[in-house]
Amino acid sequence: MEGIPVISTHCLITKNKIIKDGQIIFEHPGTAGSFLDIVYSHLEIHYPKFYKMDNLCKLGILAAGVLLHGTQHEKKYKDNETGLILSNSHGSLDVDVKYAKTIQAGASPSLFVYTLPNIVIGEISIRYHFKGENAFFVFKDFDGNFMAEYVMNLFENNLIKNCICGWVDYFEEDYRAVLFLSELNNQENTLIFNADNLNKLNQMDYG
Amino acid sequence: MYKLKEQVIERLNLKDLKPADIGDDQPLFVEGLGLDSIDALELIVLLQQEYNIKLSNAEDGPTVFQSIRTIASYITANSTEKVST
Repeated sequence: MEGIPVISTHCLITKNKIIKDGQIIFEHPGTAGSFLDIVYSHLEIHYPKFYKMDNLCKLGILAAGVLLHGTQHEKKYKDNETGLILSNSHGSLDVDVKYAKTIQAGASPSLFVYTLPNIVIGEISIRYHFKGENAFFVFKDFDGNFMAEYVMNLFENNLIKNCICGWVDYFEEDYRAVLFLSELNNQENTLIFNADNLNKLNQMDYG
Repeated sequence: MYKLKEQVIERLNLKDLKPADIGDDQPLFVEGLGLDSIDALELIVLLQQEYNIKLSNAEDGPTVFQSIRTIASYITANSTEKVST
C-alpha cells in the first residue's frame, strides 16, 4: 500500500439538497422522484439510460457523479483499481413494492431487473467503467466502523488503489446518499480515512 | 403509429423522446434507438396488455420489433384492434 488512505472528497444528497465537501451546491423543492430528475438535468450528465433506472440507481448514479466531478478520477485510475462498497437499510424495497403491484396485470421486466439493491453498484460501474472490487451490504444504519475496516482490508491487500464507499438508500419519499472517495495519499493535513471520520461526516446535519 | 410511439415511450421510460422523434422505419435496437434486451421483454408485455397479442414464437422478435412500422404491421395482422396512424 503506497500512502495512507484519506477521504479526498465526500458528498451528501438528501432532503432536496446536494452537499459537496460540506458546502450546499444545489437545492430545489419537489418530491423525491422529481428532485432526482431535476438534479439529473442540472448536472448535465447526458445518460439516456437514467430515466429507465429505479430511484435507488438514479440516486446512486447522481451521487457518484457529484462525488467524482472535478476529481480527474477517470485519468488517474485503471478500470480495476476502483473499489465500490455501498450499503443501505431498505435494500431494493422501493422498487420491490412497485414490481409486486405489476405482477397481477403482467409483471414488468424493466422493474424486475432492479429488485436487488446491488444493481446500483452495477449501474454505477457501467456508467464509469469500474471493474474493481465491489460489495453491497444492508444495515439498519450507516456503520462507519464496518465500512472503514472492509475498505482498509482491500487497500492493505493491494486489491484497490481508491474506493468509493458509503450509503445509498431510497424508499418512497425518504432518500439519502452519502459517498466518500478514499484515495492513497502521502500529504499532510488531509482527512484520514477511518471510522471516526466516516461516522462524523455521515452525521453532519445541513438543516 | 403515433399512438404506438406514445405507448412505447411511456412503457420504456424514454423521457427524452417525443413521438415525432421516432421515425416509422427507424431501427429500435442497437444503432437506432439503442433499446436493449429488457426493453424487448417490455415490448412483449406491451403487446399482451394493450393489444392482447402473445408473441408465440420468440424467434419472430427481431423481425417484429425491428421498427415501429413492423410492430404496427404485426399488431394489425394479429389483433382485432387497429393501430391508428
